[in-house]
Amino acid sequence: MKELMYPFDSSYILKNKKKIRKELELQSFITEKKIAVLGGSTTSEIIKILELFLLNYRIKPSFYESEYNQYYEDAVFANEELTNFSPEIVYIHTSFRNITIFPQPNASAEDVDKLLDLEYKKFQMIWEKLYEKFPNVIIIQNNFEMPIYRLLGNLEASDIHGKINYLTRLNMRFYEYARNNKNFYINDLNYVSSEYGLDRWHNFSAYYLYKYAMDVNAIPALAFNIAKIIKAICAQNKKVFALDLDNTLWGGIIGDDGIENIQIGKETAVGEGYFEFQKYLKEHQSLGIPLIIASKNEHENALLGLSHPSGALQKDDFISIKANWNPKNINIVCAANEMGLTPDSFVFVDDNPMERDIVRKNIDYIAVPEITDIENYIKIIDRNGFFEFLSLSSEDLKRDKMYKENVQRNELLAKYDNYKDYLKELKMVANIRPFDEIAYNRLSQLSNKSNQFNLTTKRYTVSEIESIAKNQNYITLYGDLSDIFGDNGIVSVVIGAIKNYELHIDLWIMSCRVLKREMENAMMDKLVETCQKRNLKRIYGYYYPTPKNKMVKDFYSEFGFEKISEDQDENSIWLMPCDKYKKTNTVIEVK
Amino acid sequence: MEEIYKRVNKVFCEVFDDDTIVVCENTTSSDIEDWDSLEHINLIVAIENEFGIKFGMNEVTSMKNVGEMVNLINEKI
Repeated sequence: MKELMYPFDSSYILKNKKKIRKELELQSFITEKKIAVLGGSTTSEIIKILELFLLNYRIKPSFYESEYNQYYEDAVFANEELTNFSPEIVYIHTSFRNITIFPQPNASAEDVDKLLDLEYKKFQMIWEKLYEKFPNVIIIQNNFEMPIYRLLGNLEASDIHGKINYLTRLNMRFYEYARNNKNFYINDLNYVSSEYGLDRWHNFSAYYLYKYAMDVNAIPALAFNIAKIIKAICAQNKKVFALDLDNTLWGGIIGDDGIENIQIGKETAVGEGYFEFQKYLKEHQSLGIPLIIASKNEHENALLGLSHPSGALQKDDFISIKANWNPKNINIVCAANEMGLTPDSFVFVDDNPMERDIVRKNIDYIAVPEITDIENYIKIIDRNGFFEFLSLSSEDLKRDKMYKENVQRNELLAKYDNYKDYLKELKMVANIRPFDEIAYNRLSQLSNKSNQFNLTTKRYTVSEIESIAKNQNYITLYGDLSDIFGDNGIVSVVIGAIKNYELHIDLWIMSCRVLKREMENAMMDKLVETCQKRNLKRIYGYYYPTPKNKMVKDFYSEFGFEKISEDQDENSIWLMPCDKYKKTNTVIEVK
Repeated sequence: MEEIYKRVNKVFCEVFDDDTIVVCENTTSSDIEDWDSLEHINLIVAIENEFGIKFGMNEVTSMKNVGEMVNLINEKI
């Protein structure tokens, strides 16, 4: 919904939240989340607006809200209501109002250190008690915003007695905890408030009257920021930039103006704007976010523009260049197929409002930011947080390369009439083995972000993965796959629970990067083999439909399982005796 | 004044998502089902944004009905 993308109209959202919610509730949701909001100030309106942004990300939240300023008590002491709610995410909404004591002007450096440590430990206690009560919970913690007044003036920043110095040091301690704890994320209140403007953010009457830690009009900005983190946790980040060329990546029209007249580079103000935008995109690419072109242009003109010596982007920076006269939505769908992605994971950037509208209407849930002038491109795109990072894993950084290899595979495929010949030509090698420690993080990450090739859409935290790996009553397998073009890394994960000499497949996921490569066949071969070694007689498979996993509807039937039941929501149970199974992988060498 | 009532009425309808609301001078929070202290904040902010004004804290706490609200708006615009 455009109204909930940056730049949004806060007063419109606040005023019309009921209407907006009704409208959003009509769509289909990808996931549900139980979120506990523990506040050090009033949170009522924050929750209502957060709900809108989450619904807009197709996440259906349910909330627990602590009583006013009971964040500490709720976390640290027994609370039946919270325990019964059993949150998946806890958001701790604290602010500088919740600092117990600031340093006194006569305090020694040692005293200030002690005070700081005490304050930090109060928060650490909150987090650790929460993890104790809810081992798999994800905590989102506000850092501290800067106060509105500066007793010491500019000295506040550097002197240990300054509130600004004190809060900055406390924030650094929070960041250290975030670096060392997986299920812990900082909601950067300090940035959000300065972005909004501290003068407007701090409205003391909102605090005195209603105990809000910020102006009510700032709540959408805050809620949006929290929602971005939650949608990243729910694997709803966007994945790819699809870019127009003329007046998007450079000023002017390459086909009319020629390479000497388009504006790119530091010679003109407008040219510098486009240069910085190209650089901004290039920075994304280095974070593993692939770039593609979707432009109405002659292909050779597109390449000509990208060969401009003052540009930051060259043709090799793009995984796919679709410069032709087809509708852009068709080009985007086509590029998505080549990369093994869905087009709703794209962000489409185009200066032309008409093109934007066509793409928006033809591709559901694609993100199309309302960019205006080149000097605002970066801000408008960036503030939308399409790619909100939760961590920087080495796998993430390699994504761009992997998608590129996929495109190369598609080029090879085009040379073969017979698909099997193509698969053989890829010379694929898979390693399939039980879960081991080095892979725990990646396995959990995969379970949390796989939506399409996912039979049950169960999500696992790192600690759950670890405990299953160590439990004799489970069979676990994960596989990586490489071929002549490169290594795809870990692409498939299977978890089966053993009960009465039968295996129940709790999780079966595969990365869409390796669709139609017989990887699932290699995994099934290995799974049945493992079952037979452990004397298991039968395997049960489960398929739970979601809006995104239709592609595996017939997964078990294709392997010869028999459907033994199906309920009204089309949740189905499948059965296969182990001795009925014949190996089906013919093209992958398994190690 | 009539013009102000019209605009105030529109804000009430939007905030409470109910097109049937008609406010008058004597309307108070007990006349509108969803008008509790939490929604009151919203209403105040929406009115402030609609007219581009700010109410002082004393004004917010002493406002007894829509009539007083409209009088205050009239003084400020």
